[in-house]
Amino acid sequence: MTRPMTKTINVPVADGEGDRYTVKMGPQHPATHGVLRVDLELDGETILKCTPHVGYLHRGFDKIAEHRTYAQSLILSDRLDYIAAMANNVGYCVAVEKLLGVSVPLRAKYLRTMVCEMSRIASHLLWLATHALDIGAMTVFLYCFREREVLLELFEELCGARLTFSYPRIGGVRQDVTRHFIDKLQRFINEFPGNLEEYETLIDTNRIWLKRTVGIGVLSGQEALDLGLTGACLRGSGIDYDIRKHRPYDAYDLVDFEVPLGADGDIYARYRCRMEEFTQSNRILQQCIDQLPPGPIIGEDAPDLVMSLQGSRKVEVDSSRYGTGLVRLLEESGEYPAGDIYVSTEVPKGELGFYFISDGSGKPYRMHIRSPSFIHIGALPALVEGDLIADLIANIGTLDVVLGECDR
Amino acid sequence: MQVIIILIEILILFAIVMLHVAYATYFERKIIGHMQVRLGPMRVGWHGLLQPIADGIKSFFKEDVVPEQADVFTFRAAPIICLVAMMTSLAVLPFAKGWVLADINIGLLFIFAMSSLSSYGVILAGWASNSKFTFLGGLRSMAQVISYEIAMGLSLVGVMMMSGTLNLTKIVEAQGASFSGMYVFPQIIAFFVFCVAMLAETNRVPFDLPEAETELVSGYCTEYSGMRYAIFFMAEYIGMMVMASIGTICFLGGWSGPFEVALFPPFWFVAKVYVFMFFFIWIRATLPRYRYDQLMEVGWKLLIPLALGNIVLTGFIKAFTG
Repeated sequence: MTRPMTKTINVPVADGEGDRYTVKMGPQHPATHGVLRVDLELDGETILKCTPHVGYLHRGFDKIAEHRTYAQSLILSDRLDYIAAMANNVGYCVAVEKLLGVSVPLRAKYLRTMVCEMSRIASHLLWLATHALDIGAMTVFLYCFREREVLLELFEELCGARLTFSYPRIGGVRQDVTRHFIDKLQRFINEFPGNLEEYETLIDTNRIWLKRTVGIGVLSGQEALDLGLTGACLRGSGIDYDIRKHRPYDAYDLVDFEVPLGADGDIYARYRCRMEEFTQSNRILQQCIDQLPPGPIIGEDAPDLVMSLQGSRKVEVDSSRYGTGLVRLLEESGEYPAGDIYVSTEVPKGELGFYFISDGSGKPYRMHIRSPSFIHIGALPALVEGDLIADLIANIGTLDVVLGECDR
Repeated sequence: MQVIIILIEILILFAIVMLHVAYATYFERKIIGHMQVRLGPMRVGWHGLLQPIADGIKSFFKEDVVPEQADVFTFRAAPIICLVAMMTSLAVLPFAKGWVLADINIGLLFIFAMSSLSSYGVILAGWASNSKFTFLGGLRSMAQVISYEIAMGLSLVGVMMMSGTLNLTKIVEAQGASFSGMYVFPQIIAFFVFCVAMLAETNRVPFDLPEAETELVSGYCTEYSGMRYAIFFMAEYIGMMVMASIGTICFLGGWSGPFEVALFPPFWFVAKVYVFMFFFIWIRATLPRYRYDQLMEVGWKLLIPLALGNIVLTGFIKAFTG
């Protein structure tokens, strides 16, 4: 029951429904992680009904992509989950490569795996920071940003950007790593376990933290599957589903890592899952550095990046420097396979899928993005109804949503 | 003549306390900053020393926005109720022997009365703003103050029983000047209950639910701006100081210290108050926030029984040892 709110009556007034009243939380609210709006129907502080509203950050990426070549749309994927843009880039490239049948050199595969895992750590750090801040643990927030800063600096060194990287390319990656980068990353890998311990001393066994997370927002494995959850939200409920492991892409089948699982399906289980993922990601990073093979970083048959501004004008590019692939223009018709394809990758938030319908024109006839955040927000009512307002905040945190990805 | 002297004394106390409040915010920001691997204020003055003054000037010159739907009179009065109630408590605090504005026999009771009164300011602020977040903040504050006032009052009953007085000066004198005389040792349970209740009384982490910024935006002061918003903060900091002073007086032996400081007798008092303030800040940097119902649970199911048990224990010991 949503009661229309008039201008003068704002404070709850008892009506036939008891003492119910509605609160519109967001889109300008400090704890809704961006521009999520949640309409709450409350009885006291108990949530009777929760209705999430999305779309405040809608930019129409699915449609924009129809008017761009595959290579051009890469920059759209940066702006999905801007916390872990690198993982989205890789996800997009993996999907397009599968559609176009482009192969990726091994070195590029390792580099992508590396940046993906760096991205995962950076994303989980931000998740932990904001999740802890939402529950009130302020210091964890700043500790996490300290490490995230190191990673962002590494990204900046790698590709010049701190937020929207567009580092991977269809068929490879843009730039090779330097010795300095590897050394700096190695230093991070060595120091990170110690930093993890620092966060854990603050909250892991803290009584208040446990009280706020254990037994709150419980989802059984079946419920989590029914709601379409993926990523740590699903694994926290004990379902072993990780695309990196089960449908490996890039170099994930060449590195050794475990998929941490929770059992209880509550906020604490999901928290522990992500904390374990930090360790596993760190392991993968170490292996990527150790195993990094020499070789080219972009495939010979990779479509180039040169935009066709007027028709299909050929643009001269120094092929000795970039490889022959770069002089081939994207809009040459007849080279692109027609058909449809769905490819998903494991981004820090969950399963990010790209669905393309190609009519062979060089631009997707239709692109659809399966964004984990959108699906996770759909699980919010199931998690919070019957709980208190404070639990809503903890639950938004545990779902780890990014509204840029949700609204697309 | 007497009146003028008292007025001058009040003015001096007011000025000193206000300066302390301003620099308590600096103290907090610096300490919490260093605990969180950052520097805190650095820009205004040497190491940001003039920051509190800049903040004061800024909030003084900001627009005082009153929401259209608010109850204007109550909305304007609420912060003043808060501040006045908190300032009044200062009158009975003995900073050193004889350094007290009003040496009344019910000092402790008076402080309780005043700190309860200040929560009216919070509740009215929440209600008068006519917004849902502030309303929830106000309600939370009401529930919190009722629960924790009891626990705090009961925790100090042990101290009253041992000293046999409610006069704050006499409580300090009853503890004597020696280290072992401090009531923190015989009243260790009461001290624990007091410390927790003190955090709740002043709406500090982990009990900062009335202004939980991630849940209720800013709780009861969401709709406030400019100087009135600053007044709430001043009231909160004075509240912290008053609570720290009660703790110092009732448990840590007030102004007595290992040696006399000539020219400035309240030295040890101020030092002990700042130890408490550091404790407040330390807790804020470390702990997450309780949930509303868990806060009630801690108050009613843990602190009040503990405080009651302490009273019984103190009574028995007093009865058998005379």
